[in-house]
Amino acid sequence: MRIAVFTTCLADALYPAVARATVTLLERLGHQAVVPADQTCCGQMHLNTGYWARGLPVVRHHVETFEAALDSCDAVVAPSGSCVGSVRHQHAMVAARYDDDALAERATAVAGRTYELSELLVDVLGVTDVGAWFGHPVTYYPTCHSLRMLRVGDKPVRLLRAVQDIDLIELPGADSCCGFGGTFALKNEATSSAMLTDKVAAVTSTGAQVCSAGDSSCLMHIGGGLSRLRTGIGTLHLAQILASTREHPCPVPEPRRPARRRPSLPGAAR
Amino acid sequence: MTRPMTRTVDLGMPTATGFLRGEQKFPAAAADRLTDAQLRRNLAHATGTIRTKRLRAVAELDDWEELRLAGSAIKTDAMARLPELLEQLEATVTARGGVVHWARDGVEANRIITDLIRATGADEVVKVKSMATQEIGLNEHLETEGIRAIETDLAELIVQLGNDRPSHILVPAIHRNRTEIRDIFRTAMPGAPADLGDEPRELAMAARSYLRERFLTARVAVSGANFAAADTGTLAVVESEGNGRMCLTLPRTLITVMGIEKVLPSFTDLEVFLQLLPRSSTAERMNPYTSLWTGVTPGDGPQEFHLVLLDNGRTRVLADEVGRAALHCIRCSACLNVCPVYERVGGHAYGSVYPGPIGAILSPQLTGITGPDDPNASLPYASTLCGACFDACPVRIDIPSILVELRADAVEAGHRPLPGGQDVAMAAAAWAMTDGRRWGRLIALGRLLSWRRTGFRRLPWPASIWTRHRDLPPLPARTFRQQWRDRLRRTGSGS
Repeated sequence: MRIAVFTTCLADALYPAVARATVTLLERLGHQAVVPADQTCCGQMHLNTGYWARGLPVVRHHVETFEAALDSCDAVVAPSGSCVGSVRHQHAMVAARYDDDALAERATAVAGRTYELSELLVDVLGVTDVGAWFGHPVTYYPTCHSLRMLRVGDKPVRLLRAVQDIDLIELPGADSCCGFGGTFALKNEATSSAMLTDKVAAVTSTGAQVCSAGDSSCLMHIGGGLSRLRTGIGTLHLAQILASTREHPCPVPEPRRPARRRPSLPGAAR
Repeated sequence: MTRPMTRTVDLGMPTATGFLRGEQKFPAAAADRLTDAQLRRNLAHATGTIRTKRLRAVAELDDWEELRLAGSAIKTDAMARLPELLEQLEATVTARGGVVHWARDGVEANRIITDLIRATGADEVVKVKSMATQEIGLNEHLETEGIRAIETDLAELIVQLGNDRPSHILVPAIHRNRTEIRDIFRTAMPGAPADLGDEPRELAMAARSYLRERFLTARVAVSGANFAAADTGTLAVVESEGNGRMCLTLPRTLITVMGIEKVLPSFTDLEVFLQLLPRSSTAERMNPYTSLWTGVTPGDGPQEFHLVLLDNGRTRVLADEVGRAALHCIRCSACLNVCPVYERVGGHAYGSVYPGPIGAILSPQLTGITGPDDPNASLPYASTLCGACFDACPVRIDIPSILVELRADAVEAGHRPLPGGQDVAMAAAAWAMTDGRRWGRLIALGRLLSWRRTGFRRLPWPASIWTRHRDLPPLPARTFRQQWRDRLRRTGSGS
């Protein structure tokens, strides 16, 4: 299959390794990955903050970019439940609010062929064992939009269970929100921080070395908390674990400790 | 699919009055509550317990999803023909000997109720727990009129005696633990034993002996209503303690205050809601007491029955094609119990008597938003949009979508004279995100910070709001799309 990769703005700018892993994984499974050069963002930040008029052109840009890609591709995949949720549940709705029925129709068509990574693997490509190897203890946070907007269910966990040598540890209170919520993290920083504290405590309680999820945004939030508290626990996107093999293993992320000054002790420098 | 873009048109609709707006904006009020360790312990315990129980109660029914769909459909139908159903209800209640009163807002409702009580000569009334009377501040109003209102629901009594405000729709004293309750009873409940302990049974017995006397002497009761069937004129109250049954049957005069959205087309619709409500609210298969009454029955129960139909902003909500689904709410409070935000900050942070996810969409719609400084303007943002509320709602109110709609309404209403920092940031982001190359350049600008290989612990405002609580990873040297271009150049393939 030819599959267009919607990298998402966050992975493109901040977590290129996640997009790279998505491509690696698809190619290893014998598919051709295509990365439309003009892609930017799904517009979710604008829409969820209430900036619909500003978000509309972003939505239109996304629809046009991936509509064109779908001329030569069979599907679109994004390593994010949240961004696919926006494509599927918000794009046509926003177009309709501004009476752009043609755009709404095109958005619906693009959304119909857009999949979150675990959906693409399990539902479209029909695989749960992707031939991955990862020999470290991992706990998986299912993320709200994957769970309740896309209803991916246990697909990510089924994929992870099939990873060779993985030690998958159940996360207590997995289905409760980590407190990111886009601009919520800034507008309601105190509440967001309180929720993060509980999530970090849950992750720490598992004894895992890595916290994984299907969304870079939630992982940025949780990882930021894990790092702030010096837990030593790193984060990896689901795609990175699934892309990892014995030949090309994905290293366990060692948190690069933010320091006011560069560490000077021997062995501590990197 | 189209709908009015703004709500500035004045249709002469009644404006809400009462306890629907706090004094602080949500983020500040929430930050205050978060520091109350006792509150957070009480809430985490209570919501955690009821959550598990609700899931169990709901899982027992094979047709739960069908029931939710039915509940949603009945409510949608009722809202679509609300005027017709209300007039039908007025006719059926009147035919059975009841008297129907129409109240535009809380002020009017309070006046009607005061006059009705005065006419009986009573200066004390017993009350069944009711959100509508909480909403309009009836007790406070009656007090200024020299009439004493006694709450008979145990939790509501705790709130009243503690000079407190309810923090939950169903369990108004959820923020209190039993030791706090014992202290409230000891100091404020007439006749409470001085050595009262904090065992639940002891507390309940103390309340029982205090209330029993009130039930037997009261001449007037004031209640709310969970449902009203338009076709028969039957009112319904569901409750757990039996205090409602006492109030609804013993006094000579019964005054029921009901939001106009509570009307159902038909008596048989109760079949759906009497299954949905108890399992969602208390996680019970059936609530212990369901009282149904139709007008007046000579020689049995209250001989005078008044129904006060309350608008108080509801017509205003009804005018919004999307937001009106908030009126489908049957006040079960399942959304509060599953909400990760409510669980941590409690009900008082929301300012209104309707807290939690449903409050965040209902309160600002009932009151309208006066401007960016209106505390209720912050409520639609009091959510991470995690969707737990939608999943739990027995009538399938899509709360996350309505929250986002209300945010869009707020931005479109453009309450500010000058664009704020957020407006500028959003405009800049939209400009960059509508062109792949511009987007690349914007990231390149941000990557001026990428000399730093160790991540960020402290950044200047506004990024400081992020780094106050969390670190930020180091920025990569090249974006993924740049890496991809490099690869295409290396391999010589194009796509």
